[in-house]
Amino acid sequence: MSLGDEIRLASRDLGSGRLQTELSVPGARCAGCISKIETGLTAVPGVESARMNLTARRASVIWRGETAPDLIAALDRVGFQAHLAGVVEDTRDPELGRLVRALAVAGFGAMNIMLLSVSVWSGADDQTRQIFHWISAAIAFPCLIYAGRIFYESAWAALRRGRTNMDVPISIGVTLAFALSLYDTVLNERHAYFDAAISLLFFLLIGRTLDHLMRNRARTAISGLARLVPRGATVLHDDGRREHLPVEQIAVGMRLLIATGDRVPVDAVVEEGRSELDCAIATGESAPRAVEPGSPVQAGTLNLMAPLTLRATARADASFLAEILRLMQAAEGGRAAYRRVADRAASLYAPVVHVAALLTFLGWMLASGDWHRAITVAIAVLIITCPCALGLAVPMVQVTAARRLFDAGIMVKDGAGLERLAQIDTVVFDKTGTLTLGQPRLMNAGDISSPVLAVAGALAGRSRHPASRAIAAVAPPSSPPLQDVKEHPGLGIEARIGEDSYRLGRSEWAVNGTAVRREGPAGPVLSRNGQLLASFSLQDTLRPGALQTIQALQEAGLPIILLSGDEPEAVEAVARRLGLTEFAARLLPGDKVARLEVLAAEGRRVLMVGDGLNDAPALSAAHASMTPADAADVGRAAADFVFLHPSLEAVPNAVSVAREARRLVHQNFALSIGYNVLALPIAVLGLVTPLIAALAMSTSSIIVVANALRLRSADRMRASSTPVQRISPPVPSSMVEVPG
Amino acid sequence: MSSLVFLIPLALLLGGCALWAFLWSLRSGQYDDMEGAAHRILMDDDED
Repeated sequence: MSLGDEIRLASRDLGSGRLQTELSVPGARCAGCISKIETGLTAVPGVESARMNLTARRASVIWRGETAPDLIAALDRVGFQAHLAGVVEDTRDPELGRLVRALAVAGFGAMNIMLLSVSVWSGADDQTRQIFHWISAAIAFPCLIYAGRIFYESAWAALRRGRTNMDVPISIGVTLAFALSLYDTVLNERHAYFDAAISLLFFLLIGRTLDHLMRNRARTAISGLARLVPRGATVLHDDGRREHLPVEQIAVGMRLLIATGDRVPVDAVVEEGRSELDCAIATGESAPRAVEPGSPVQAGTLNLMAPLTLRATARADASFLAEILRLMQAAEGGRAAYRRVADRAASLYAPVVHVAALLTFLGWMLASGDWHRAITVAIAVLIITCPCALGLAVPMVQVTAARRLFDAGIMVKDGAGLERLAQIDTVVFDKTGTLTLGQPRLMNAGDISSPVLAVAGALAGRSRHPASRAIAAVAPPSSPPLQDVKEHPGLGIEARIGEDSYRLGRSEWAVNGTAVRREGPAGPVLSRNGQLLASFSLQDTLRPGALQTIQALQEAGLPIILLSGDEPEAVEAVARRLGLTEFAARLLPGDKVARLEVLAAEGRRVLMVGDGLNDAPALSAAHASMTPADAADVGRAAADFVFLHPSLEAVPNAVSVAREARRLVHQNFALSIGYNVLALPIAVLGLVTPLIAALAMSTSSIIVVANALRLRSADRMRASSTPVQRISPPVPSSMVEVPG
Repeated sequence: MSSLVFLIPLALLLGGCALWAFLWSLRSGQYDDMEGAAHRILMDDDED
């Protein structure tokens, strides 16, 4: 499946032939970038409009036409790396809108009631106080219904299933506070808690909205496996008829035509043709695999060289990709059992609040026999101990941490992922595509004379084999005229220059009869009339920052394990270059999961960093997982973190931010619980006036928020001391964005 | 006291206007790209 098809599949149909595509552009940081990206995209034929959102680092492109414009290449030309951002959501998130509207209404109510309350507290006379209480009640009632229903609904849902959550004491406290204040207002009493009830809702809604924003990211970041599976394939019927059938209708025994550049739709056997398949995404093998009639091929592999005729051996739902999906679902069980810190805190805290309020009520009933007094004090206890700061403690830190990671090019899918990442004690890496870029590079270009290299480059330029591309990339452009260029799939490429016949490819094919012995990894050779001219040594490029990353993680005391599906020699070479001692090669997807399970059984919490299809089950089995943005879709869907910049330094960076976030969450818990413990005796003794309640609540919330924001200021200091790798081109210093 | 009769409704009305303005700006997407808006002001539209 070509990139154009992928762009098309990731687009949303706006009707009347217009389509909308979302691209993620992590390198955009300034006004210059916005205009470069927008003009660059609009210049592509077929593009109607393009709009860059700098906050989300996303470009939204509207285009029309049969074939998708190559938007990624267009951005590459203006110097930005881009990724497809997944299928555009059809509608905006209705839940977020609901929360923000409730937040706005509660904020309006809280501010106005608070203003009225201030004058009551500063000693308004009886008549004025009475009027102000009535106005407060009139504002509070609609606010309570509108903003409070978010808590009521959640509390009711929990109660109906016979459970309790944090929303139950909130709902009871707020409703009782309002009802009792109304009762007191009717009886012309001095105290009313309208302000406490509504500002409580306001603070809690801030926390709730932030929490929702975190979870929401998770939803939009996930796009299905379907994008990688071809939607259909050309079936060759026995009577010679060709038909394009959807993948689900391909039956065992059907003959399929796979063009160059297409992915294999189902597991099959080659019937006709020779080619090479890119299996990197499926098995982690770095070298393309040559296939000939009789070779089995796996679904999801990419045909690189020549058209193939295949005979299907499995249906789509029994193919390799479906198997991966099943493994992933089975592996996810362990992670689903993880309970978020906030939930664990709430389940401990809610009963304490209920019991404290109930005991206070009973105590005051016994002591004074005045039910009105007893209820007032019990409500004060509920309000004072209400987990206002507790509700803000976690989401505020996680949103700040996510924002900081986002600025460093790391997408966080949800808050639970951050919590789990902070706990890891072992790091497992995949090789191909993760520690390495999965693209070979010519290592011995210096040993080859320039004219020979030019010939090799000219030949290589005619092929799309990864090895050819690596040679063509470093060859001088002065190309001698080639004649009779012929590509032999699985062997190499042949051409004539004048009288001489040149061959670039496998040594046993290019050089007459002799197997060439060389040092280093086996690579292609160039021959003239059957005589060896040069041999090329190719090696997979390490991902930028790989060495520093490994060192940083080892210094942090984290053991590192390399698990790969590639051949042992290739794995060992990479492990040696990076100084890794623990590694395993030729692992199937299931084997990787099994290894992780062994580690988990030893009580280790593993961070898995991988990219391929074969890593997807391991990514969902690990305690936490990261994947680069150019990974297979499934991998991106399974991982907790996706890093957009090519450098692997995102891994230690994310780990340190997650650990810092955990420290701040714990501090916040200590702060807000400490606060409540201090305020509880005052409330139980019945000394809490509405003024004290309002002060206590706001101060604890503000302290918690301020503490969470420290995560952000720490980032600023660090950003000025260490160079952060950016892909975007240098910008005039006057335009450099001030983080914030 | 008599001043309160019209001052309080006036205050509430102003507050209500602010609330409506916020909800309107939210709906019209003005908070979708806070950073971009700050940079777009620097762009010269006549250039292209």
